[in-house]
Amino acid sequence: MPDLGISVLFRGINFQRLLLGLWVTLRIALITIGVSLVLGLLFGLLMLRKNRLSRGFCRLWLEIVRFMPQLVLLYLVYFGFARLFGWNLDGELSAVLVFSFWGTAEMGDLFRGALTSIPKHQRESAAALGLTRAQINRYILLPQTARRLLPQAINLSTRIIKTTALVKMINVTEVLKVGQQIIGQYYREPAAAFWVYAAVFLLYFLICWPISLLAGWLEKRYQDGPAAGAA
Amino acid sequence: MEPILRVKEIQKSFDGTGVLRGVSLEIHEGEVIVIIGPSGCGKSTLLRCINGLEKIDGGEIWLRDQKISGLEKDLHLVRQKIGMVFQSYDLFPHMKVMDNLLLGPTKALKRPPEEVRAEAMEMLKRVGLGDRADALPRTLSGGQKQRVALVRAMLMHPQLLLLDEITAALDPEMVSEVLNVVIDLAEQGMTMAIVTHEMRFAEAVADRVLFMEQGVIAEEGTPEEFFREPRTERARRFLQSFTYASARKLGKRPLGSGEQREEAET
Amino acid sequence: MDWSFIAAHVPDYLAGAWVTLRFGLYGVGCSLGVGLLCCLARYFRVPVLRGLAHGYIELARNTPLMVQLFFLYAGLPRVGIRLSAEACAVIGLTFLGGAYMAEAFRSGLESVDRAQREAGECLGLTRAQNIRYVLLPQALATAVPALFANVFFLIKETSMFSVLALMDLMNVADTLRTSGGRTVEVLFLLAAAYLALLLPVSLAATFTERRLRYAGFGNQRSV
Repeated sequence: MPDLGISVLFRGINFQRLLLGLWVTLRIALITIGVSLVLGLLFGLLMLRKNRLSRGFCRLWLEIVRFMPQLVLLYLVYFGFARLFGWNLDGELSAVLVFSFWGTAEMGDLFRGALTSIPKHQRESAAALGLTRAQINRYILLPQTARRLLPQAINLSTRIIKTTALVKMINVTEVLKVGQQIIGQYYREPAAAFWVYAAVFLLYFLICWPISLLAGWLEKRYQDGPAAGAA
Repeated sequence: MEPILRVKEIQKSFDGTGVLRGVSLEIHEGEVIVIIGPSGCGKSTLLRCINGLEKIDGGEIWLRDQKISGLEKDLHLVRQKIGMVFQSYDLFPHMKVMDNLLLGPTKALKRPPEEVRAEAMEMLKRVGLGDRADALPRTLSGGQKQRVALVRAMLMHPQLLLLDEITAALDPEMVSEVLNVVIDLAEQGMTMAIVTHEMRFAEAVADRVLFMEQGVIAEEGTPEEFFREPRTERARRFLQSFTYASARKLGKRPLGSGEQREEAET
Repeated sequence: MDWSFIAAHVPDYLAGAWVTLRFGLYGVGCSLGVGLLCCLARYFRVPVLRGLAHGYIELARNTPLMVQLFFLYAGLPRVGIRLSAEACAVIGLTFLGGAYMAEAFRSGLESVDRAQREAGECLGLTRAQNIRYVLLPQALATAVPALFANVFFLIKETSMFSVLALMDLMNVADTLRTSGGRTVEVLFLLAAAYLALLLPVSLAATFTERRLRYAGFGNQRSV
């Protein structure tokens, strides 16, 4: 039976401490999302260039991100860079670097996918109307790309937020770590761990779920939905 | 004689709009009824209700001495006795023609595959597709697909066959190859309920014509009566919509005014 | 780079890779089962189960695996539910993966025209027969890329097993790193090990997808 251990959450400033830890998590996520968004668009454009060198470069970047678990990348940067280059990056900076490296590639790939998924005849029929290249980009390609990209980009940000849970492994005092500190203080109350982990679980859910719902809603809205009906 | 199918006062609405508002009909063994009417009149819904693809909101449907409306669990047993073919063929794209044909008889009826295969081959030949047994559906033309779909339904030896606008998606030149198969079935004594927009075909194949409008059967009669002398004004208007006023009879009205000028000159 | 150190510790990594792979595959297998069941419950609108499946999917997709694992491994025992590290690994990965697999199956099933289901019903097939012969073969063909992407994703996620007392790849590396201090070699081996684990999955995915794309529905087993 879970006893009244749940009260641990609300004793003293424990809950505020958890929220403060959550803020560390979110701060990392927000910076990462911002960086990934900007660099990702550039990365996507780079991927579309015909130049072999830039293509190879993008390919390598993408494959590293694709094959390496984020935790491994995190270890490589946090522990590896210190040894290789003598850079003692702090945990938070390492996290932002690694997650942005990852997010940029993902975002770039989404952007490229959205751009290339627009049927060729969209551009052609716009050209047939006598629109200039800039007008085609502005009125035809950009809006359609944005509609495809936005839900996926929002989904990517929930993935980034979830990934921030990893930074606990490189000694960043974020929400999980704070939770463990609280559990340590209340080691006499066995149910404390249950409730603290449940609370962290729930906090992540409460942040990510609405964002996922938004992405789902946008996706549905932007679909050129064929309205089906029985005769 | 006991009718094969009895539909009693059935009701069906979608989102509060009545699509079927009290429809009753009987179909006897060997009879072919054709249901016509403007789009949205409920004729397709009627067929879909008969084999349980749509649940009815009121009324009853009987197949011989079994009440089939409201069935939940044994619906598939009923459907084994009622064949249905749709406008969109709906062959299974991942199976060859022969496998499409074998699926129902061997899985639903548990008949031995070899026996069914021989029969299927026979029927394929009869509809002129004897050489396409190993083809994939996507390599067939629309008319060929629809003939396969008909064979697939017939191989279940249904007591009743429902055809829902089976030529509506076909190119004009393929319509007759499919409808000839249906006429052939009618001559063999197959009991059918057919929804169609092909008036000539309806006239040729029907024992009885039902005209539906706004969810009710507005008129019913033999094809001779119905197509020559429709009793209701609504049926008359519907039939008229299939004829076009001929431009030639009305006299040419040229886009430019060349003809008029010519007249003026002479 | 100290190659003799690397050579000496390859067996450790092989053992770690085996742990990662084994529990990863158990998790993937269970995920496929859970995902398929959840997806069918939703597709056929099974009362109650459908709601449960939906709630579960949202919960699992919107929380990090690491937090899920901590909850299972360190939270639950405090209220009397004790699970071994191995069980936590499989349950945790299944909890996460089941939701992702369900979504992959769902998109596959949704890509199958509803009329196909009706055509099967009209032949008098039972629901199970309809799923087995008509819907699933078509849905799977469409879902394959998404399913493979999930397998790939889940095997990567096994790196989270390091929070459990399991000698998986991450923990092997961590132990060596903290004891020997040869960080560069340790991390090099770690990256190489994941590459070696994931490369076959990636190749299998490419191969299957290509076969499906070019063969269309031509190579399906006949019924």
